[in-house]
Amino acid sequence: MSMNHTSETIVEVSDLQMRYGTNDVLTGVSFTVNRGEVVTLLGPNGAGKTTTIEVLEGFRIPSAGSVRVLDEQPATAPEKWRAQVGVVLQSWRDHPRWTPRTLLKHLGEYYVPFTEPGRERPYDTDQLIDMVGLSEQADQKIRTLSGGQRRRLDVAVGIVGRPQLLFLDEPTAGFDPQARRDFHDLIHRLSDLEETTILLTTHDLDEAEKLADRILILAAGRIVADGSADELARRVTREAEVRWTRNEEQFVHSTPDATAYVRDLLAQHHDVAELEVRRATLEDTYIAMVQQFESGYAPDAALALEETTR
Amino acid sequence: MNPVRNAVRTGARRGWFEFKQSLRSPQDQGFYVFMALAILGYLFMNRNNTVDFDQASFSYITLALPGILAGLIAFGLVMGPGYALAMEREDGTLLRAKAVPYGIVGHISGHVVSNTLGLVPTFGIILVPAAFIFDNVMPQGGSGWLTVLGVTILGILAMLPLGLALGASVPSVQKMGTWGMLPFVGLIAISGIFVPMQSLWAWVQVVAQFFPVYWLALGMRSAFLPEAFAAYEIGGSWRTGMTVAVLLAWAIVGLVVAPRLLRRMARRQSGSAVEAAKEQALQWVR
Repeated sequence: MSMNHTSETIVEVSDLQMRYGTNDVLTGVSFTVNRGEVVTLLGPNGAGKTTTIEVLEGFRIPSAGSVRVLDEQPATAPEKWRAQVGVVLQSWRDHPRWTPRTLLKHLGEYYVPFTEPGRERPYDTDQLIDMVGLSEQADQKIRTLSGGQRRRLDVAVGIVGRPQLLFLDEPTAGFDPQARRDFHDLIHRLSDLEETTILLTTHDLDEAEKLADRILILAAGRIVADGSADELARRVTREAEVRWTRNEEQFVHSTPDATAYVRDLLAQHHDVAELEVRRATLEDTYIAMVQQFESGYAPDAALALEETTR
Repeated sequence: MNPVRNAVRTGARRGWFEFKQSLRSPQDQGFYVFMALAILGYLFMNRNNTVDFDQASFSYITLALPGILAGLIAFGLVMGPGYALAMEREDGTLLRAKAVPYGIVGHISGHVVSNTLGLVPTFGIILVPAAFIFDNVMPQGGSGWLTVLGVTILGILAMLPLGLALGASVPSVQKMGTWGMLPFVGLIAISGIFVPMQSLWAWVQVVAQFFPVYWLALGMRSAFLPEAFAAYEIGGSWRTGMTVAVLLAWAIVGLVVAPRLLRRMARRQSGSAVEAAKEQALQWVR
């Protein structure tokens, strides 16, 4: 494998369209993912996140557009391509009589012939079970696992072949806060230690902000924003909100230069209390962008948005 | 290491594991053991009945067993994998298989192993007492049992691909009754397994001879019944060569058609398809 981790594009989607009958789900999705990146796909329900990721996984054939993942078209990629790509599925009730250990060992055996220098396949079963935190349930029947434990197993199945590229569709749905924290640690570990490139969808903006090097927002069938959480926030508004109280009275002021404003404020008044500076959060950004695109959708909306915020 | 051979071996181990699981599952074995014991009980009650034919006389059990064995093979290897595959398409098992390299190849080889082994418990419960407790069940002795083995293998080869093809193409588990069970029970009814075929209309006999179930039952009868009994069959003979040819032909057709249907099925597998099936199933529960 190439050592050029910074610029090598391994997912390239250009003008991807998906139509079911007369219903256009994706109207022209374009983006790239570089090796080693963690990219989050955000979007409202029905925006086409799952459709997009299923096209990349090779589970769905697009109506139009070009898609390349690890130098192959996913829908027609040979089986050896599967050894490089991990897919975390939302399981439901499959393999009820198996245990996490037997299932992971079994599925791992398919990857044995695909070991590469520096990438031994599959993961050792015990190590993998430990990584996803299922040690205590490893020999329990899968049907007895809780929803969160089942999702951990889904993640383990997705990475059992030590993939170069990992797709996760809403991986933390149903996780409690501890499980969510553990999962974030696992993603960081995969990204940092295994150099796994990761593309995940989520509804959780906080999660997107914590995990992703880059965030893509999918709305009205296309990508309406692409950048780090910071960049996106700046694109919607450069104003920050300054809040404080004086004499038990609350004040709020919006300003593009919060630092200068606060310096003046403190110089002028000596009784400023409960000072708070708040930049636009990813949530503000997200809501603003999605509303704009879903209400008055026009082909030029993306450009218009950028211009108004400049 | 060749990845395809590796997948076939991995899948075969999967089939063995599934078989062991089903042996331990009271739910699975309950049905088969109950059915086998019911059949055994029926045979036991009729153990002293004899059939007189051409001055010879043989046990009623000898007359009943060929149809029972043929029925078990046909039913077990068509409906068994048919239902299992239709279920696995909906519960996400197949999607998991699709997501790993050569996973579908392995999965199917697992079905071949588990469904074939699945015949062992029922056959054992019926045949072991039949051979050792009842008198003179197999007038033809050892060569007759060899014929049973040969016909069983041919029957598996002819039936299993049909079952896989059915499971791959039926729209949903709920539709299995209409698309699978109904036509299949109809086929069994006209194939001379439980009702002598000669009592049916001539055109029905012609239709039945196009399908493998009739030939499977004929082959089984040729193993158990005395040579003279062949006079009762169509053409007045066991038609052994024809039996082998038709069952092999169905096996070959199955091996050509089933992989195509399985590939088509695999192509259509996606997370959203599983999700849609889940929604559908949840509506049924309500």
